[in-house]
Amino acid sequence: MLLVLLLAPLLTGFVRKVKARLLRRQGASIFQPYRDLLRLLRKEVVLAENASWLFRVTPYVTFAAIWVAAALVPTFATGLLFNWTADLIAIVALLGSARFFLALAGMDVGTSFGGIGSSREVMIAALAEPAMLLIVFCMALVAGSTQLSTVANFMASSYVGLRVSLGMAVIALIMVALAENARIPVDNPATHLELTMVHEAMVLEYSGRHLAMIEFGAFLKLLLYVSLIACVFLPWKIAVFGTGALSYAVGAAAYIVKLAAAGFFLALFETATAKMRVFRVPQFLGAALMLGLLGTLLLFVSRSF
Amino acid sequence: MPSLTDLVLEGRSIPQHRPWPRVAVDTSIWEFAAGELAHGRWSLLGLWGEPSTVHMAILDQQAAAVAVVSLDCPDRRYPSVSQRHPPAMRLERTIRDLFGLSPEGLPDGRPWLDHNRWGVRFPLGARIDALTQTAPYRFLPVEGEDMHQIAVGPVHAGIIEPGHFRFTASGETVVRLEQRLGYTHKGTEGLMTGASLERAVRLAGRVSGDSTVAYAYAFSKAAEAALDLTVPDRASWLRALLAELERLANHFGDIGAICNDASFALINAHCGVLRESILRAAHSAFGHRLMRDIIVPGGVTRNLDKAGKATIRTTLDNIRLRFPELVELYDNTASLQDRTVDTGIVKPQLAKRYAAGGYIGRASGRSFDTRRTLAYAPYDNLRFEVPVLNEGDVNARVWIRVREVEQSIALIDQILERLPDGALGTHAGDRREAREGMAIVEGFRGDVLVWLRLRDGVVERCHLRDPSWFQWPLLEAAIENNIVADFPLCNKSFNCSYSGQDI
Repeated sequence: MLLVLLLAPLLTGFVRKVKARLLRRQGASIFQPYRDLLRLLRKEVVLAENASWLFRVTPYVTFAAIWVAAALVPTFATGLLFNWTADLIAIVALLGSARFFLALAGMDVGTSFGGIGSSREVMIAALAEPAMLLIVFCMALVAGSTQLSTVANFMASSYVGLRVSLGMAVIALIMVALAENARIPVDNPATHLELTMVHEAMVLEYSGRHLAMIEFGAFLKLLLYVSLIACVFLPWKIAVFGTGALSYAVGAAAYIVKLAAAGFFLALFETATAKMRVFRVPQFLGAALMLGLLGTLLLFVSRSF
Repeated sequence: MPSLTDLVLEGRSIPQHRPWPRVAVDTSIWEFAAGELAHGRWSLLGLWGEPSTVHMAILDQQAAAVAVVSLDCPDRRYPSVSQRHPPAMRLERTIRDLFGLSPEGLPDGRPWLDHNRWGVRFPLGARIDALTQTAPYRFLPVEGEDMHQIAVGPVHAGIIEPGHFRFTASGETVVRLEQRLGYTHKGTEGLMTGASLERAVRLAGRVSGDSTVAYAYAFSKAAEAALDLTVPDRASWLRALLAELERLANHFGDIGAICNDASFALINAHCGVLRESILRAAHSAFGHRLMRDIIVPGGVTRNLDKAGKATIRTTLDNIRLRFPELVELYDNTASLQDRTVDTGIVKPQLAKRYAAGGYIGRASGRSFDTRRTLAYAPYDNLRFEVPVLNEGDVNARVWIRVREVEQSIALIDQILERLPDGALGTHAGDRREAREGMAIVEGFRGDVLVWLRLRDGVVERCHLRDPSWFQWPLLEAAIENNIVADFPLCNKSFNCSYSGQDI
């Protein structure tokens, strides 16, 4: 649980650094997100006069929900402490409730940007969540369980060959991950244009430690999705519970390499694509939904896909 | 159909006005001219006031003729032009704010530049005390169900100028956009009154920072026209060189910024490098990155030496190498094209009606470039094309800029090759009597118009009209039925000046 907390800002910092280098800029240090969080935590909170308790509570609720969800994803070893408590569907539900609160808080103060951001975010969520669930079903059908550790163990074993349905699921999962993490082409995390924002517009009214919590939550979410993709679809070298210290060390090293590779490809993709129109997003996520559906369907038709 | 020449013959000619005729007319001819503008036979170039006179500059594009008609209004009222020809609306509201002349029949009674923060009303006219209480500025009403308003600005995220935008949207679709500008009013025209030519040209160069060359150029040409000065050849060619360098730098900045607003930062980064290379070349050749205060009435203040020439040549060679790749990247990135094509369309009829200059007019089929239509030295001696497209969308405005970059590079080549030797300026001389001059110069945004009257060696009255006056209203039209999230992209493709409009 602590590991994800420590690594999450680093991953975001790394993605930003790679993006800057791709644009031939120097870029901020990869440790900058830590400094940003510390700076925000020290700053005072400016609250709108008509902000309700919901607005003040939301940052902590969303952060807690995302943190718990992130702690449920195996990073470099299976057999986590809280493994027995929750499965993939719980993770989806935790992320969903985090977003629910954030969207409510966006509308709470009553500024027009918060409202725009919330309505766009919910529109994206309405399509991303079913797609995510279908992907979960697809994996569950293959592995016979929705417990992530079990899934990862199964994927790491030699029973799984090349499967069409899994290929569809991984593409769909990447698309959902891009949308959920407010990355290009769905949203631009670096924009200053208030009219084009989705996630940023929703949290525009936050400041100080509240903003730090929300930012931290966003870092964690990115790490969560990368870990999820890594553990389910690239489970190589993941340490199985109960093996020796050496395999843990190898697993940890492999995990870091996987994170770095994912971060690099994310930055590369973001640099090479423009943002899509807001009304193209449903088509984009609709494709993810269809891929998830097809993957599941193929599994029903024949176990060998 | 009467031509502009016939109109000029109808009025009482003012002999000291150069180079185009100015005539004092009566109300009936004034109204006739407004009617012709509304019918689209002529285009409105400018409308400005004096304490008890209004002036209107008119262009007859087919005959390439320009004329100024003036109407005396001792009782402080004149027949409104905009009740027939809406493009004059904001100009008439400005005349009322600054001079207190009321346009009879103006459909819009709200102030424009005056936000009741000056402590005085009609600062260039009667100068009476400001109202202690004003009614709040009422935005135009929108009728219909499920409408919501989004107020943006005047303070924006990012480093841009202040302006307020009031969107009325139905869901994500914009039903109406209304602009409110005037936040950067500097009172330039008031400062001009009584200023010496040296000070006045510096003021002109500070109206809009990115067009400092174009403004100093237009002001100097107007002053020279008034004083009957002939500029030495070398100075005239150097001015064109400065103007083209400014155009290049701004177009690179714009192309990059438009792509950046579609979240495609790669082209922005490369265009930023190209723009910077132009600015650095300008710095080493002329001693100022934006080439400010180099053009003055009579000539230019700095010469271009061999080293400067070589620097500009090297910079251009580098651009010729790199720019085509960027254009190709723009053209081949499907996700970017998806954003720019068919977004924010300005219809050709509207561009013609508003006489929109620059890339906005030329992207919507209006073939007007001051360098060609009202050719001035040295452009009458240079080979270049005026690119025109008919689509009128963001993509077309990007492509016009791309083509203009290519034309500007070719122009700079010709200028450097054929730059004549000779003096850099002539002395302004000492003329006491009233003289009037007018000039229109193609800045990177479009046609910059300067009109002035000199008396006793100082500026008595000077009017500077930014091309943005006729471009801002088109942005309101272009965004209609687009989505809210596309506004930044449309706005950047217009890149109108706030400062130039707010004077």
